[in-house]
Amino acid sequence: MGADFVQLSLTPIVIGTLACIACALPGNFLLLRRQALIGDAISHVVLPGIVVAFLITGTITAWPMMLGAAGAAIIAVGLIELIRRLGRIEPGAAMGVVFTTLFAAGVLILEMTDTSGVHLDVEHALHGNLESLVWFDATGWGSLLDGQALAGLPPQVLRLAVVTAAMALFIVLLWRELTIATFDTVFARSMGIATRAVGFALVVATAVAAVAAFDAVGSIIVIAMFICPPAAARLMTNHLPHQVLWSVVFAVLSAVLGYVLAGYGPGWIGHSHAVSAAGMIATVSGAILALACLFGPERRRTGQAAEGA
Amino acid sequence: MALPLDGPGLQEPVLIARAGDLVGLGGSDSPLLVRGLTVSYGRKPAVFSVDAEMPAGSMTAIIGPNGAGKSTLLKGALGIVPRLSGEIRVFGQPFAAARHRVAYVPQRAGVDWDFPARVIDVVLMGLYREIGPLRFAGRRHRQTALACLERVGMADFAMRQIGQLSGGQQQRVFLARALAQNADLYLLDEPFAGVDAATERAIVGVLQALKDDRKTVVCVHHDLSTVTDYFDRVLLINLRKVAEGPVGEAFTAEALQATYGGRLSRDHIEDLALAG
Repeated sequence: MGADFVQLSLTPIVIGTLACIACALPGNFLLLRRQALIGDAISHVVLPGIVVAFLITGTITAWPMMLGAAGAAIIAVGLIELIRRLGRIEPGAAMGVVFTTLFAAGVLILEMTDTSGVHLDVEHALHGNLESLVWFDATGWGSLLDGQALAGLPPQVLRLAVVTAAMALFIVLLWRELTIATFDTVFARSMGIATRAVGFALVVATAVAAVAAFDAVGSIIVIAMFICPPAAARLMTNHLPHQVLWSVVFAVLSAVLGYVLAGYGPGWIGHSHAVSAAGMIATVSGAILALACLFGPERRRTGQAAEGA
Repeated sequence: MALPLDGPGLQEPVLIARAGDLVGLGGSDSPLLVRGLTVSYGRKPAVFSVDAEMPAGSMTAIIGPNGAGKSTLLKGALGIVPRLSGEIRVFGQPFAAARHRVAYVPQRAGVDWDFPARVIDVVLMGLYREIGPLRFAGRRHRQTALACLERVGMADFAMRQIGQLSGGQQQRVFLARALAQNADLYLLDEPFAGVDAATERAIVGVLQALKDDRKTVVCVHHDLSTVTDYFDRVLLINLRKVAEGPVGEAFTAEALQATYGGRLSRDHIEDLALAG
């Protein structure tokens, strides 16, 4: 593993790993609150968000895209709440309606827009462009200490590093509020915890993670990472801090293993072309969940919870 | 005062205005004072213009049929559900100012017991305010939590996952969490629902010890046959307050018939060895 690896594979792996961790962290709480579909909804509505942002600004630079996506996420969450109340249908169905409709609208607007000059299409939205996030300025491992080469890193590295750190900080700082409000909402309110604000903060954190990860890795990974690593982690332990740590382990494992398998796996079985890294990373995370379902130490519950189920 | 709540002509504004007919709160510093409390889910009130006052060192059962608004009364008093009207004073202060003196035990069925937490983690939630924001539980807090589990006979289960407990054990863990709050007023929503006999005895013992300690205890309670044994006061409600007072005065056959609207059989009421 020499200069080629650093130049072509290191940054995609790092970016993929950071994106997976950033999504898995809030995913733990979404899962426990039975809101995992919120992550799904938000990552879909990012597409119409960035398309509209492109229509308005005419560029695909990072900030307008991020703002457009964040705006779409907020509108989607509002619409879900509105449909749930007015239509009196269950939250899962309300989310399903909103995100498919908005995603489809995004596809239509995209088709009607002239985006030939820029790299913006449905495929990009689904798969991201992980393989293309290479580090041209790198000449080998030594480049990690070379300021000039580091300046040439894809901007997604820093952006996702900041977002991942923010997710970790969010969960550590609001740990007790998140756990108490998630486990026992009425008790939390009696203690003076603003449970609605905590829930809203979690949705905002989810949106930030989804938007930041989306650009680099596409919505397939984002959706998978909100659910698969936390769900697999839940089957490994009955202790929430350990669950969160396991989810990070599984996120890293999915990203690294998925990228390596996508890039080199086809070669091992005689094919010449690499396959989509995003698709492989999501598949690996699903395989990890399947293994956890079969062999996870806490997959079987005992006692009152199991009796009631 | 009989109000035709479902009848035509009684529209929402009237409802609110009547419910808001406040009696003065007159400087009382009793542990819990409720005046004209009305809570509504949608357009139909669940609790209508209820007055109540819990004296210090008393143990009160809130009694009424299903859907009478017993749980809602507690939630309205605690600000967990919005009040349409009414005033609450806790030790003479608005609830928000006296929150630290109140412990609330919600219904056990209201939470997901499959949540990844150990028994001690749940009890530590009761120390939320004591630990303070942006901090984590230390050794001292864990010792406090263990001592509370000891009081309900659950210390040996501290490291168990909560999903592995029986219903009675879960209820004791909830009580231990309330004890960790070290409050002066304890509001419990059906603490005896679906628990085994040993748990019921353990919970009654803890609650009576609290009362002996001049703490105030209020329980939503279902089992009419144990009211006279466990409690010294009753509050009978069915949407409105029907009766309130010491068991010897307020827990009468007449009041029970009024509360349950004839749904209790005469035999059952005679079995209760009531006052009056």
